[in-house]
Amino acid sequence: MDTEIHFTLGWIDWAIMGIYVVFTLGIGFILRRYMKSSHQFLMAGKSIPAWITGLAFISTNLGALEVIGMAASGAKYGWATCHFYWVGAIPAMIFLGLFMMPFYYGSKARSVPEYLKFRFDEKTRGFNAFSFAIMTVLASGISMYALAVLMETLIGWDFTMSIIISAVIVLVYTYLGGLTSAIYNEVLQFFLIVVGFLPLVFLGLKGIGGWEELKIRLADVALNSDHSYAAGAYTETWRHMHSSQANPMGVEWFGMVMGLGFVLSFGYWCTNFLVVQRAMAANSMLAARRTPLIGAMPKMFLPFLVILPGMIALALTTLPDSGFELPLKNGDYDYDKVIPMMLGHYFPTGVLGLGLTALMASFMSGMAGNVTAFNTVWTYDIYQSYLAPGKSDNHYLWMGRMATIAGVVVSIGAAYVAKLFNNVMDFLQLVFAFINAPLFATFLLGMFWKRATGHGAFYGLLSGTTAAAIHHGLTAPYNATTLIKGGWLVGSVDKVLYSYPSEMAQNFWTAIFAFTTCFVVTIVISLATKQKKSEEELKGLVYSLTPRPKEKDVIWYQRPAFLAVIVAVIAIILNIIYW
Amino acid sequence: MGIDIKFPIGLMFSILGAVLAIYGFITRSNPEVYQKSLDININLFTGLIMLGFGLMMLLISLLQRKKENGRKQSETGNG
Repeated sequence: MDTEIHFTLGWIDWAIMGIYVVFTLGIGFILRRYMKSSHQFLMAGKSIPAWITGLAFISTNLGALEVIGMAASGAKYGWATCHFYWVGAIPAMIFLGLFMMPFYYGSKARSVPEYLKFRFDEKTRGFNAFSFAIMTVLASGISMYALAVLMETLIGWDFTMSIIISAVIVLVYTYLGGLTSAIYNEVLQFFLIVVGFLPLVFLGLKGIGGWEELKIRLADVALNSDHSYAAGAYTETWRHMHSSQANPMGVEWFGMVMGLGFVLSFGYWCTNFLVVQRAMAANSMLAARRTPLIGAMPKMFLPFLVILPGMIALALTTLPDSGFELPLKNGDYDYDKVIPMMLGHYFPTGVLGLGLTALMASFMSGMAGNVTAFNTVWTYDIYQSYLAPGKSDNHYLWMGRMATIAGVVVSIGAAYVAKLFNNVMDFLQLVFAFINAPLFATFLLGMFWKRATGHGAFYGLLSGTTAAAIHHGLTAPYNATTLIKGGWLVGSVDKVLYSYPSEMAQNFWTAIFAFTTCFVVTIVISLATKQKKSEEELKGLVYSLTPRPKEKDVIWYQRPAFLAVIVAVIAIILNIIYW
Repeated sequence: MGIDIKFPIGLMFSILGAVLAIYGFITRSNPEVYQKSLDININLFTGLIMLGFGLMMLLISLLQRKKENGRKQSETGNG
């Protein structure tokens, strides 16, 4: 069978892509005349309604890597991938909206690193600002690389051409309209992603014969696998979590709930400026708190859009007469090809253009998110703080624009580095995972324990990052072959202290170790050092010293707590239905 | 700020939907095109859904604008 995919596009496909590009650039051009201050350019003038920031909040996270990666996980691990949404994202988003947003939005902080400066001290902010700035541009470079490789293999576009075109489009609309333009486009891109992938899910389910038939097919896959899983291992989320040997993810419930659900998800959704920036752009405290809660509503249903195609692809591969087969790579399925293969299999010219546009839109929403978060942290937390304090606002607006260009240029460079040395990128992602893992402990203590000190936070973060690196250096997934997967402290993946059943299990436990270490060290050092901030200074930054947001005039169904209950109930119901 | 995003979203989806639906309509009797999509005219269906969504967004946007203009006028009338 011919597993090479190559799309031939008709004029209609190009027309659809063209119309999308015109609108996306047009939004930037219209917004250009409103960009008169750095506050407007970098923070959208704190003027955007909650439903828009809410959709932008999840859209910026729905980059091309997520779309491709979630479908890949769907094929690799099955329906249990939903844990990333129903156990991972949703509780963290509820927590952000209810408890953490008041500190971000209510304090004078313009960014997450700046909050750390107000709450702790300069060195904690510096650590966070620099690591975040580097991380965001590299992340957008990696996703640019992924997209360009895809376009090269699918449509035969030149690698450099794809990179330049996609980067220039994102640059133009973020340079012209700043964060507002990025956010508005993210909403447009979100709807486009949904409408582009919905026909794929529809046709895929129809092709396989519906959810029940999909279950039967995947039961076959599970029973016949090398591990002889139970029949529902690919289509049930919780039932096989009692042991790491019983599910394709190779994780048990405790590691999953603590590692993914608590440490990693709360760390990402509650402290990553990339998403928090969207909520901070909202037009009121109420809107800011509702942002993640409104975003959570569609977020809960994304698994049906992005994970399901992967499962269908796996099922189709086992059907002898389906005419569909996942390509192989190093003896295993090449899971990252799920989305392009499925698009090519089901989409005739017309919707094919729409599907590719959706893929481009997802890439752009992710990249614009990175670029707008980078230029803010660079301008306020690095340039204004360390390099050129006390300049006019016009100067910082200019710097914000320059940082936008620089961010895109560095991303392009990172994409080429990724092309040259794949392992360098793996290595950098690993380092950033170490830096991110302990972060939530610092914020948790900072926001809810007024005694936490600057020294405590800084050394807590450092030791948490070190703990993550050490844990990773002493353990490895059982099938690891290179030191980038672990075991580098003992010099060989065969001599590790502990062998995890999967890479995912190792990641979750690395995060748990990092969090715990940071948590304990921050407490110990805080108790041993003097709190330099007075209670007056900590007002609005710490829970016990901050007046509760007033909600008396707010109609009950618009209150964050009410929204949170609705979101939680639906998430629980989804967990139970697909138990 | 400045623009109501529902308007450009509505306009884009209306145009994309119309283009796709018309293309689907023209190619409806060409079975080769729709062999891939299980003999379903997916272009026509998706196009119509997008057109519907786009028009709905446009309508909401225009109604809101009318309401706001009315409010502004009554404010200036009173003040």
